[in-house]
Amino acid sequence: MKLDGKVPTGELSEKWTQYRGTMNLVAPNNKRRLEVIVVGSGLAGASAAATLGELGYKVKCFTFHDSPRRAHSIAAQGGINAAKNYQNDGDSVYRLFYDTIKGGDYRSREANVHRLAEASRTIIDQAVAQGVPFAREYGGLLANRSFGGVQVSRTFYARGQTGQQLLIGAYQSLSRQISMGNVTMYNRHEMLDVVKIDGKARGIITRNLVTGAIDRHSAHAVVLGTGGYGNVFYLSTNAMNSNVTAAWRATKRGALMANPCFTQIHPTCIPVSGEYQSKLTLMSESLRNDGRVWVPGKKDDVKAIREGRLKATDIAEEDRDYYLERRYPAFGNLVPRDVASRAAKVACDEGHGVNATGLAVYLDFASAIMRYGKSEAHSKGMVNPSEDEIKLLGEKVVEAKYGNLFEMYAKITGEDPYKSPMMIYPAVHYTMGGLWVDYNLETNIPGLFAVGEANFSDHGANRLGASALMQGLADGYFVIPYTIGQFLSNEIRTPIIDDQQPEFEAAEKAVKDRLAQFINIKGKQSVESFHRRLGKIMWEYCGMSRNEEGLNKARKMIQELRAEFYSDVFVPGELNEYNPELEKAGRVADFLELGELMVVDALDRQESCGGHFREEYRTPEGEAMRNDKDFTYVSAWEWTDTTADPTLHKEELEFENVELKTRSYK
Amino acid sequence: MKLNLKVWRQKGASTGGKFETYTVEANEHMSFLEMLDVLNEQLIAEQREPVSFEHDCREGICGTCSMVINGHPHGPMKGTTTCQLHMRHFNDGETITIEPFRSNSFPVIKDLVVDRAAFDRIIQSGGYISVNTGQAQDGNAIPIEKDLASEAFDAATCIGCGACVAACPNASAMLFTSAKVSHLNMMPQGEVEATQRVLNMINQMDSEGFGACSNITACEAECPKEISVKNIARVNREYFAAVLASEKNPSK
Repeated sequence: MKLDGKVPTGELSEKWTQYRGTMNLVAPNNKRRLEVIVVGSGLAGASAAATLGELGYKVKCFTFHDSPRRAHSIAAQGGINAAKNYQNDGDSVYRLFYDTIKGGDYRSREANVHRLAEASRTIIDQAVAQGVPFAREYGGLLANRSFGGVQVSRTFYARGQTGQQLLIGAYQSLSRQISMGNVTMYNRHEMLDVVKIDGKARGIITRNLVTGAIDRHSAHAVVLGTGGYGNVFYLSTNAMNSNVTAAWRATKRGALMANPCFTQIHPTCIPVSGEYQSKLTLMSESLRNDGRVWVPGKKDDVKAIREGRLKATDIAEEDRDYYLERRYPAFGNLVPRDVASRAAKVACDEGHGVNATGLAVYLDFASAIMRYGKSEAHSKGMVNPSEDEIKLLGEKVVEAKYGNLFEMYAKITGEDPYKSPMMIYPAVHYTMGGLWVDYNLETNIPGLFAVGEANFSDHGANRLGASALMQGLADGYFVIPYTIGQFLSNEIRTPIIDDQQPEFEAAEKAVKDRLAQFINIKGKQSVESFHRRLGKIMWEYCGMSRNEEGLNKARKMIQELRAEFYSDVFVPGELNEYNPELEKAGRVADFLELGELMVVDALDRQESCGGHFREEYRTPEGEAMRNDKDFTYVSAWEWTDTTADPTLHKEELEFENVELKTRSYK
Repeated sequence: MKLNLKVWRQKGASTGGKFETYTVEANEHMSFLEMLDVLNEQLIAEQREPVSFEHDCREGICGTCSMVINGHPHGPMKGTTTCQLHMRHFNDGETITIEPFRSNSFPVIKDLVVDRAAFDRIIQSGGYISVNTGQAQDGNAIPIEKDLASEAFDAATCIGCGACVAACPNASAMLFTSAKVSHLNMMPQGEVEATQRVLNMINQMDSEGFGACSNITACEAECPKEISVKNIARVNREYFAAVLASEKNPSK
């Protein structure tokens, strides 16, 4: 299969403008007759559904949640990037484009990323107009802060709840379209298959999660905004119900899954505390502005800490290893996420981890507290303040900056991070891989589109902080409403899609059979237990660091686990009722296939780039070593029959504007 | 720690329900929902049906989790959702009563799961600013006073969980509704539609069958995001002004 990214010709900075100005349009009278299905109501899905509704299309929007406001976009903390240059610090569309390409370790498509940087500016305007209460300066203008891996202040934020506020903004726009009758909302409906007719996506099959009813929904085009697949690792910062099912069902119908092994491990999360643990909680990247990461240098101290004989504060300054500052003096604690995560793993693998499990490092605010305290004491004119007085003043400053995060940490761990350093460890956070899409965000199945984290397009092998919100909203508000016209303009003569066609019937039957299969296995082990075991395999062999031997082993283990699942899983309850275990069974079954594909992809990519670190490919100092000669391509996998090997299709990446360099943060 | 759980079990909206008692072994580092996960694993191992409860982000922001624990929506800790509540706040041997949010406007779907779609319909009646994509002016063209933006933000932190309704003896949705009206009406962008918004949203709230507000303020006490009842006072004032000033019937 020849993959055509459909990147328009012309100068990079002119491509999108020119393309938009010349693309096919659908007249208002025709829009009214064209139906579009949007699956997912997070930032990408809700913004797409609302905007398509405003344009006059007949939209049907689906979510498995009880309300579109619950999607996991809501949990994003830090902020959203935009090349506004309000700070006059030299930011520009090109700089945001360049930072994103470089941050992604040169594995994304130039034209898509440039368009994202262009759209970033209008997103902020749109959100402000919707009433999103962004942080402001005293003069009433919008405030900005900095994020990792960049040298300008371009991040807009709403305290530590930026995702919540942006999602509520999109939800409100969607609600307005629902009230006007332009969008029909289907809450508590899970998509379980996509229906293809004459090669085009023409509908979906859903399960009503309250009644268990299996329904057919037809449309002229289908848009998936169904998020990422980080929960394949069982433990992640994703919400409990986040899953890959919609995207994976599309894959089983022939859509290509691109770069599935590119997963982002976020360096600052609260460590795992026990076997029962169900999810991990992120501590915002912004903490690394003031927190210093360290582990004890001496093994005796490590032992004493683990046994509770010593506390972090007992360790003398000269016996601490501030390993990020030591290894990366230029960026120190603010190296990008992939680099910081790997360094924490190295420290723990060498036996320096500081909690009982040996899998935690310190994030210490003591020096920031003293620094801020001294400055406060000075500005208050205090003469010879005591250390306690300085500390108290410093704690107030830190509280003003990070209060809600410190509170959250204290709630979860029961420890006071003002008095002793936080303990953190990396955790799965985001997936850069996803459905392969061209410049129009259309998959290789005509009429099937993917937006937001569900597609692979913009972040390459590593996503920069505060870019996920930007991409979700750019896709939904400013890209898909235009590009879907390229497909729909050829459909104006197509009547309403009849859902009584044999393809719908076959898909519905397949869904029903599969659900019945889960219930009828009547084995002994819970769905949860399989998910947990899969997660352990993925984390051990396809997590922060991978090698050929481990990956081969993992592939076999996943195949065996999958076979065991289909012979021994126990799904309680019935088909035709509210049954969360049945929902979970379908999702875990899909993860059991996706997991194998991730391993296959990681095996194929014999280089280290971004979040994908192959132990065989590193410099003598242990840094990631890319191989641009052989691997400057997108891996798009075809895998409709899981009894055979997946087929790789390559889209070569062409860099016309950016020179490929080694990322160095030394 | 060993715990006795009295859990509300109800097959569906139209059937009656009753309490069932279970014993579960937990530890103090678990969150409340992880303790329920343990219970469910235990039930599944015995081939019995697990307890249905809603949850998603487990970090206190999505508003999905929704149970009443020992008489308090989201349990005994101030400003904390059920998912952020940890077992260290309970004692070994304690009996814990777990019920769904109770209100006629939140019908039970199963066990601890209720239908809160009424909240969506209140938002659909006017909880938005009418601006299409692409119509916005530059973000900095509308300066907003820092303190005002901050106050609007406080109202906007509502997670739409419905604890306010469950806490209220009248099952009033005034805290939820007033938080959204306040967030939007306070900001200059929302001013144009302010009158119509407050009329439509209050009317929708009433037609959903939620009770009237009689200033008991249990809602504020139980709200996991500590939304202030000041919003109710503000919206009452706006509502009266809107009714008096406008001869128009609420319409879109």
